[in-house]
Amino acid sequence: MKLLNLKAALVSALLLAALLGLWHAATLPAAGGGGAADMTPEQIEYAKLMGKDPGAQKNSGFPTPAQMGRAALVQLADPFRDNGPNDKGIAIQLAHSLGRVALGFLLACIVAVPLGFVIGMSELLHRALDPFIQVLKPISPLAWMPLALYTIKDSSISGVFVIFICSVWPMLLNTAFGVASVRREWIQVARTLEVSPLRKALRVILPAAAPTILTGMRISMGIAWLVIVAAEMLVGGTGIGYFVWNEWNNLSLTNVMFAILVIGVVGMLLDMLFAFLQRQVTYVD
Amino acid sequence: MWTDAAQRPATASGSSSKGKREMPPSSSPFLKVEHLGKTFVLGRPVFADVNFSIEQGEFVCIIGHSGCGKTTVLNVLAGLDSATEGHVFMNGREIDGPGLERGVVFQSHALMPWLTVRRNIAFAVESRWPDWTRAQVDAHVRRFVELVGLGAAIDRKPSELSGGMKQRVGIARAFAIQPRMLLLDEPFGALDALTRGTIQDELMGIVRETRQTVFMITHDVDEAILLADRILLMSNGHDAPDGAGFRPGRIAEVVDNPLPRQRTRSGLHHLDGYYLLRNHIVDFLVSRAQPPARQA
Repeated sequence: MKLLNLKAALVSALLLAALLGLWHAATLPAAGGGGAADMTPEQIEYAKLMGKDPGAQKNSGFPTPAQMGRAALVQLADPFRDNGPNDKGIAIQLAHSLGRVALGFLLACIVAVPLGFVIGMSELLHRALDPFIQVLKPISPLAWMPLALYTIKDSSISGVFVIFICSVWPMLLNTAFGVASVRREWIQVARTLEVSPLRKALRVILPAAAPTILTGMRISMGIAWLVIVAAEMLVGGTGIGYFVWNEWNNLSLTNVMFAILVIGVVGMLLDMLFAFLQRQVTYVD
Repeated sequence: MWTDAAQRPATASGSSSKGKREMPPSSSPFLKVEHLGKTFVLGRPVFADVNFSIEQGEFVCIIGHSGCGKTTVLNVLAGLDSATEGHVFMNGREIDGPGLERGVVFQSHALMPWLTVRRNIAFAVESRWPDWTRAQVDAHVRRFVELVGLGAAIDRKPSELSGGMKQRVGIARAFAIQPRMLLLDEPFGALDALTRGTIQDELMGIVRETRQTVFMITHDVDEAILLADRILLMSNGHDAPDGAGFRPGRIAEVVDNPLPRQRTRSGLHHLDGYYLLRNHIVDFLVSRAQPPARQA
């Protein structure tokens, strides 16, 4: 097992090196191609006037790995800087995004888990609410944005709302499913012990359904982290999504790529967090 | 210790007395089942007019083929299911729901897999005596875990236990709330023969010592003969061969166990009357119980 892990890490490292090498080779400046040497000064000036500087190196404009690395170092050197709306450090932008995700996600938990409990317990409510859920669930959360902006009149809270609306469905459905499929014997044990409904909900049904509920939360968090970038691109102001859009407007592809990398890493960490929580509540039957 | 069960006031917690038929307390048996019937398909009741009674401290087994409704009878006694007709009285009070005075051991042990053995039993003990301190609960739990010989495994999860150990925990949980009656739904059905024998001995020891009243479902004739003071033979519902219509399942016969109460599993087959009793029950199951296959 240890050996396998080692081998896998080695292959990963080799793949990374190969990708970086490929990237480096693809972004090398094109060689030669009529330098300024054999041109008269008039020709050079004419070329410059036409926007073709013969002295400048020709390349695609796509950053090289080295440039990208330098940009990352610059960003990481001062992650907490705040020089006005268009120049905030990556950590500040991340904090804004994570704050919105956390708030929207928490609100979704507060709504989805109790509601899912009720739906899971009552076949009537399940059937009654099912059409609404089925229609609302496939709506892209960003489609709510205009409505949210119009009614809430605050771009930041609208972002939170969009996170709420996209994370509520997986949690709701998984909670309802988990609660509905709690083994009948456990409920019967609680009944023969004359356990009060609240105690039954908290001590029997909740732990029994917890792995399923956590799975729903993990899916929700994954979706929320996907959506926050798009939402922040739309509403602007702060956040990692806004950062990406702002750096695109600055034509700083290095910063855009750096931000993409950060989004990926943070998403992975969030997923690992929920995987950990999932393991804590999982039981072997 | 548990012999005080009889003196303990009836636990009426959780079950109101409204709409209950009161029985005259004098000379009535501990548990009385009157005209019990259950119908799922109209005109073809699973069983009907089931009558029997159980005395305090008696061990009664019910035996019959699958589908005769014996689990339904047990669930009605437990209060987990309701009968279509008839009544069940315990100590003169009608049973109308599950309650702490009846402990149930489920066929599938029904332990909560996210709790350790200790917490599983503590959950029951805390439900029975909500105002006990942590230390009281723990001492009580420990006593009953040790009673079934699982002291060393008290902090293990059910998934780390063998099938027999799990069923022991289920039995300890049912005993720990010190119920007035114990209901066992084929508790050893899923165990191998060796484990089954050991736990039968243990159960018999505890029941004899505590004079616990027990109602138990079994498929195993020897198990019934070993454990029970009386054996109820239940037949399946079937269409009468002469075309006289449908006959619901019923208690076809009640057999008193004539063997001495101090019997052991190993000496059982040497006792006088053992084979007579065994043959009688097996004959019933083979020729008179109307198992489902013969109805087809």
